[in-house]
Amino acid sequence: MILWIILIPLIGAALNGLVFASGFWKKYLRGDERTEKKIVSIVGCGVVLVSALISSALFFKLLSMEPPRREIIQNLFEWIPSGSFTVSFELLFDTLSCVMALVVTWVGFLIHVYSVGYMHHDKAYSKYFTYLNLFIFFMLILVLGNSFPLMFVGWEGVGLASYLLIGFWYENPGNADAGRKAFIVNRIGDFGFILGIFLIFFVFGSVNYQEVFGRASDPAFMGAVPAAVITVIALLLFIGAVGKSAQIPLYVWLPDAMAGPTPVSALIHAATMVTAGAYMIARCNVIYSQSPTAQMVVVTVAALTSFLAATIAITQNDIKKVLAYSTISQLGYMFMAIGVGAYTAGLFHLVTHAFFKALLFLGSGSVIHALSGEQDIRHMGGLRKFIPTTAITFLIGTLAIAGVPFFSGFFSKDGILGAVYDRGYPIHWLIGIVTVVLTALYMGRLYLLTFEGKSRVADKIRSHIHESPLTMTIPLMILAFLSIAGGYIGVPEFIGELAGIHDSNLFDRFVSSSITMDNFISAGHHLLSHTTLLILSITAAALGVAAACYFFYFRPSLPGKIASDKTIEPLYESSLRKWYVDELYDYVFVEPFRYLSEQAAKFDLRFIDGAVNGVAAVLKDMALTLQDAQSGALRNYATLMAIGAFAILVFIIIWQSL
Amino acid sequence: METVVFYIFAALAVAGALLVITHKNPVSSALSLVLTLFSTAVLFVLLLAHFVAAIQILVYAGAIMVLFLFTVMFLNLRPEALRFDARNMAFKVSVFLVVLLFTGYFAWMGFNKAFPGGGALSPSPEGFGTVEGVGRVLFTDYLLPFELTSVLILAAIIGVVAIAKRRES
Amino acid sequence: MSVSAEHYFVLSAILFVIGAYGVIARRNLIVVLMSLELMLNSANLAFVAFSRVHNDMTGQVFMIMSITVAAAEVAVGLALVVAVYAHRDTLDVDVLKILKG
Repeated sequence: MILWIILIPLIGAALNGLVFASGFWKKYLRGDERTEKKIVSIVGCGVVLVSALISSALFFKLLSMEPPRREIIQNLFEWIPSGSFTVSFELLFDTLSCVMALVVTWVGFLIHVYSVGYMHHDKAYSKYFTYLNLFIFFMLILVLGNSFPLMFVGWEGVGLASYLLIGFWYENPGNADAGRKAFIVNRIGDFGFILGIFLIFFVFGSVNYQEVFGRASDPAFMGAVPAAVITVIALLLFIGAVGKSAQIPLYVWLPDAMAGPTPVSALIHAATMVTAGAYMIARCNVIYSQSPTAQMVVVTVAALTSFLAATIAITQNDIKKVLAYSTISQLGYMFMAIGVGAYTAGLFHLVTHAFFKALLFLGSGSVIHALSGEQDIRHMGGLRKFIPTTAITFLIGTLAIAGVPFFSGFFSKDGILGAVYDRGYPIHWLIGIVTVVLTALYMGRLYLLTFEGKSRVADKIRSHIHESPLTMTIPLMILAFLSIAGGYIGVPEFIGELAGIHDSNLFDRFVSSSITMDNFISAGHHLLSHTTLLILSITAAALGVAAACYFFYFRPSLPGKIASDKTIEPLYESSLRKWYVDELYDYVFVEPFRYLSEQAAKFDLRFIDGAVNGVAAVLKDMALTLQDAQSGALRNYATLMAIGAFAILVFIIIWQSL
Repeated sequence: METVVFYIFAALAVAGALLVITHKNPVSSALSLVLTLFSTAVLFVLLLAHFVAAIQILVYAGAIMVLFLFTVMFLNLRPEALRFDARNMAFKVSVFLVVLLFTGYFAWMGFNKAFPGGGALSPSPEGFGTVEGVGRVLFTDYLLPFELTSVLILAAIIGVVAIAKRRES
Repeated sequence: MSVSAEHYFVLSAILFVIGAYGVIARRNLIVVLMSLELMLNSANLAFVAFSRVHNDMTGQVFMIMSITVAAAEVAVGLALVVAVYAHRDTLDVDVLKILKG
């Protein structure tokens, strides 16, 4: 049953790809383009919808099962039988993968529907939906696999789909470059991931989740394993997560990935693929909970990433780049929670983030579509009058991400911040709070500069501004609704207590049945009570929103003056230039490597080609020499005959005398 | 006695051969060849092949060499301009001598291998090498080849006539 | 040292090599033919020597055949030489390259 969730999108991808994207429909069946678009749309969206429905059905089935063993396992066939190393193609549907599957399929479905409108005029329409379905297929393998190799298959597969989709408009070489950058940076992370899997096999003797985590939870077994080994495994796996989920230092591919179509950015680089790292670590909770060192590393990296990305986001001028850095920052939040062991809190933020970030990206896509391709917010403004639906949904998304109370982001972020503080990481909590201020600030800036104030839109674009079609606005509205309502399934305990509701965190109760080890040791006394934390975070959000309104609505010329101030200007420039990280990488890694490659190429040309050509030259010389044998000159013939006869004679005589 | 004769005429044969290949004038070469053939005939006598020696002189030296001389004089050939390439000469001579030595050595070794007991010549039967002796073998055991040689000669005659006659052009 | 059969074979070998050298080194076609005769002669010497060693007449009979063949060959060869000379007015082996290729 679980298999169908995965298989149906694959069928969709195959159908769209082989029949339509390949040109078969057009060339051999003489089909027309309109019918092609209709069928591709229906198949493309339909298969994801079917997957979503099956996932939902299985979700209800899980609910009907008794905790804590809420899982369904489906073993299909033995994939790699190799002596003591056997891997089966086995699918696992427990509460953790259930949540992931639901997010991937439902949000994916909404984005597919949106794409029908957004990509309507694109000539590679069928190819787009093929790749999109392919992505869903691989992502589902990733979350539904029951062993590390299977997860890795999905991991690589989504990397591939990401590459294909980022470089979708490959005629522009910049887009192809972005796709390559994404794939290569990812690969660096994958290296760590693979090494981690090797080590897991070496230590635990298996790569199947049940067996590995079973042994890892067994104190008798773990007694023989040195603590350092567990830490190394955890860190290696984390390297993979850093690559896929864009943390420091491997986040550089995500902003460039904005070169792809906006729905792709929404689906892959906001809602689903980039969250795979968080999923992976949550899945390996048994391992991480036994390695405090690794946990410290994760939290610290996450906190720094979160802060750093926010500092870049406040100066960016491209609407999608702001959202990209925002994604990196929010991913940092997820990893912070997971790093301290509050796995469900991190996952809850994953879910709410999927809602509002997808909303924000699709909204930006709607803006870009309305403005016939303009993406620079300095050339926007006052759009609320023209595209109200987009504006309102975008506003809802903004408030959600800023952590304004009663929106979903508020609940998930406070769950994280509370957990981080409770488990004894006050400094990281502080970084988190500062980031809340920054988040509210840059998101507010984004909204205000885009939709409010004086219109800075170029005249010839202004006449064409139009609201997006229904296939685009309806997903926006649904996501906006989820951005508000979705928060209420996971209200953190301490907030629910304030309202007098016990056991308010339904999400936590559901997912935690899959989290077997969660070493929550309350770290002694706290300076601040939960209520104080709550008030502080609300204040931080309010501060950010107020600052945004002040700088970008009431005094819009002020930011420009501040930025050109002599002391501030270098800071502003550096932030705008993303703290020169790309340039640093270029200098340290790319240029030396390119030099090495060039040397290798020269070596190849000189020696290896030289050797091959040398052989040819020698043979040519030999041939020229042998040409004399057929010159027609009697003397040469006679000479050769004599030499030949003499040689034979010598040979025979020597032979005989032996 | 036999030894002396052998060495004298062997030396003559070799000398004649060397003169054949070194003379510029083809007539001189032909005459040197006659010398060689004569010496060889003497050696044949030493080997108790009297009839063969006579045939050698009559046919080889007498008919074939005369034919050569006819042709040379008929064609009125000028002495060949031997390229006296001093640079190559030493090389050619040394190669030649080496090959010579080797071949001689191999012949010696080969014979010793074939006849381990030394090549002492046993006394030959009566009538060995005489006209009667040759005839007896030629007309009994080797009659067919004998007849075939006449066919061969016929073919040669026809060929020569066909090749050398003037075309009516 | 008394003469044993080996001496004849060595002599035959020497004559053969000289004849071979003549075939290769000389440019005049007629001299080439003469060197060829020299080689044949050395082979005949070997035949007769073997005949004496084995006391078998076959060697001498064969030598007679050899002479016959040599005669026929010389005849035809010289006829060819005449024909070639009439055609090309030269008997230089290096110039006569019609067999080329």
